[in-house]
Amino acid sequence: MAISFDKALGIHQQALQLRVDRAEVLANNLANADTPGYKARDLDFQAILGQQIAGQGQGQSLAMQTTNGKHLPLSSEAGMLASDALMYRTPSQPSIDGNTVDSQEELAEFMKNAMDYQASFRFLNGRFKGMLSAIKGE
Amino acid sequence: MSLNKIFDIAGSGMAAQSIRLNATASNIANADSASSSTDDVYRARKPVFAAIQHDAMMKNWSAMSMGEQPESQGVQVKGIIESDAPLDMRFQPDHPLADERGYVMYPNVNVVEEMADMLSASRSFQTNVDVMDAAKTMMQRLLTLGQ
Repeated sequence: MAISFDKALGIHQQALQLRVDRAEVLANNLANADTPGYKARDLDFQAILGQQIAGQGQGQSLAMQTTNGKHLPLSSEAGMLASDALMYRTPSQPSIDGNTVDSQEELAEFMKNAMDYQASFRFLNGRFKGMLSAIKGE
Repeated sequence: MSLNKIFDIAGSGMAAQSIRLNATASNIANADSASSSTDDVYRARKPVFAAIQHDAMMKNWSAMSMGEQPESQGVQVKGIIESDAPLDMRFQPDHPLADERGYVMYPNVNVVEEMADMLSASRSFQTNVDVMDAAKTMMQRLLTLGQ
């Protein structure tokens, strides 16, 4: 019986990758907390993960529609995120210089994301441990 | 893994905030540097921050065409400008640097503003350190995968 890694690892590898990508976006918001005119951005985790699962069935990592012949395909090296996946945060206290980063909110989201990353990691690690014990036959 | 990018982003934030802190320190240190002419007097220095748009050419065709802000990769200091605020002219005829009308020029540094700026910069620096620390923890975790 062959082990299919995709099936064995399930959703967790995509989830882990998305957590890393989201951490990057949030770190960027925090680094630009004092940049005039910078607009805070974030990912809609649920929507993207849903897309990824849908794409996985078709044997590709991310389903992307091309409605025009001139559209460029999303290469795998460019990362898993399409640019339209990044959305702008609605500011709760917009400042006069056009910056919409709320440091506290972003830091809270970042820490939450780090905890979710740990959760995803544990799930993924559990899958690997399960496979290991299956191979060893203990 | 793009976790490496978080180090770059937080590092760029820390570098930018330390430049801001540096400018603030220079402003506060020179807050009382008197001069006899408007040309020589110290003027408050302010860093200008801008988001680094790293791979704007590679990644964000659709975003660019829609006039959206491309995905950025950290922060940079575009330059340091001198403040245009009016200089502080004080009538001190006995001062050795006084001009022929008895005025001495003092820098346009607002010390209260600089102190607030200093606190804001050190807080933002701290935030970036926290982010880097969290990214480090995430990476260390990742290295133990399958163990």
